[in-house]
Amino acid sequence: MASRSSRRVTAHPVAGVLFVLPFFLVVVAFLVVPLGYAFWLSLSTRSLALGTRFTGLENYLRAFTDPVLLDGLLRVVVFGAVQIPVMLGIALAGALALDVVTTRFALAFRLIAFMPYAVPAVIGALMWGFLYSRTFGPFADLPTLVGGAPLDFFGPGLLLASLGNIVTWAWTGYNMIVLYSALQGVPRESYEAAVIDGASQVQIALRVKVPAIRQAIALAAIFTVIGTMQFFTEPQVMARFAPAVSAGYTPNLYAYNQAFAYSDFHYSAAISFALGFVVFVTAYAFVFVNRRRGAAS
Amino acid sequence: MKPRTRLAHLLMFAGVLYFAVPLLWVLVAATKNQADLLSSPALWFGEEFSLFDNIGRLFREDDGAYGRWIANTALYSGTSAVGATALAALAGYGLARFSFPGKRLLETALLGMIMVPATALVLPTYLILAELEVVDTAWAVILPSLLSPFGTYLIRVYVAEAVPVELIDAARVDRAGELRIFWRIVVPVMRPALVTVFLFSLVATWNNYFLPLVVLSDADLYPLTVGLTTWFNTAQQEAGTRVLFDLVVTGSLLAIVPLVIAFVLLQRFWRSGAGTGALK
Repeated sequence: MASRSSRRVTAHPVAGVLFVLPFFLVVVAFLVVPLGYAFWLSLSTRSLALGTRFTGLENYLRAFTDPVLLDGLLRVVVFGAVQIPVMLGIALAGALALDVVTTRFALAFRLIAFMPYAVPAVIGALMWGFLYSRTFGPFADLPTLVGGAPLDFFGPGLLLASLGNIVTWAWTGYNMIVLYSALQGVPRESYEAAVIDGASQVQIALRVKVPAIRQAIALAAIFTVIGTMQFFTEPQVMARFAPAVSAGYTPNLYAYNQAFAYSDFHYSAAISFALGFVVFVTAYAFVFVNRRRGAAS
Repeated sequence: MKPRTRLAHLLMFAGVLYFAVPLLWVLVAATKNQADLLSSPALWFGEEFSLFDNIGRLFREDDGAYGRWIANTALYSGTSAVGATALAALAGYGLARFSFPGKRLLETALLGMIMVPATALVLPTYLILAELEVVDTAWAVILPSLLSPFGTYLIRVYVAEAVPVELIDAARVDRAGELRIFWRIVVPVMRPALVTVFLFSLVATWNNYFLPLVVLSDADLYPLTVGLTTWFNTAQQEAGTRVLFDLVVTGSLLAIVPLVIAFVLLQRFWRSGAGTGALK
């Protein structure tokens, strides 16, 4: 009887396919085909003398020995190595603070911290560009109050830190909300014992709460790494303030300039594809390792 | 104030200052004319209150380009968000409640698609669209923005948890069509997830800069992000000959106000959305 009733209500598999089909078509048109086309383009080279000819992996060989690209890659890695821990550290501290304070002030803090996420990256970069400038902003001349030299936020010495601050300002609140949501999911009983043992709030936060949301912290980190590797908007906008932002300042900026400043779409496709591939493999591997480790512990 | 939360309060106070100062600056700076912008204290008002004058000039500059950019931004992000949400809703439901050949493969691939960096797709997409001769049209911005693997993933998870199989089976026993079941039973239940996906797609397209920068060259089609940067570049190049810095600042303020208001009103949804991102 059970089988008869279940047969009667079973949907036709075709219905399921039809539900998924529109999305599938968009995936093919705007993910699979572009990636395939980029790969195909990257396998050939166009020159004035010889026209377009098949050159196999030559563009990739060129990319991985191109000092400009490697410099950009190194810059992004150094940037991420400092900016990501700083940002996630602040986000984690904010999330832990929100977890113990439930006043109206905490609500206001949560809203204000999240607001920069609603500000387009371009406008964030423009705003900070003005704030950093000597003519418009309040910060550059601060050292002169105590007799120091004015700060040059756009100079080679501070530029990376200036960019790091823009990104930190924009994304800390978002990550804080992600981590705060994860904290809300931790059962309260798990640290009641620690309270009874007389542990301080800070001890509970570091010893019990942080390990409990390790998974969420790892995911926030991986999404930030994906974002950092594609770093484009902020340096592109800041280039107008800061001549130190060169055409190859970040790999993505380099790919863009190869295409639109030098019209070398083949090499640009190779850089784009290689960069996307590296990011994809890193992210995917990270998620799998993290899942396995999470399941094991 | 309990002494054990003093540290937490101190931290939040510092955070409020850090996150709010740039927003306060743009609010104050938008009330100044170019002369005051250069001469008055950065975080305090200038001699004249020029906000309304600035807004008026903002909409007159370049034959009303700013108004067109707002309309374009609203059109691109609205259309993309509605489309992306609809596709994600259909596909998420299809994956969560049906079985068909290739389903497992697609579900595994979905996680991979989320990991494909969006900007790595921009240049290849441009090349394809250029081949098809649809660059420099609204479609070149809208169509690629319909792709939302994360939205599909989120809906799939939500349907699996919140839409009971029994409810759907009961409707099938009553011989309701599949589309009718979807529209009358499933959509109302998954409304919170739909709002979340809509909101996140809307913001993603509203804030997008790389894609429109690459696929559009006609200034009449620019969204706010690309339009404002072209004004800013002009201001930098023609320093002094045209008064544009104050318009860039006022234009920036007007561009972020609607989204900030939307976020304050809809905070229930973005919080649940961000939370889902954390829990997967």
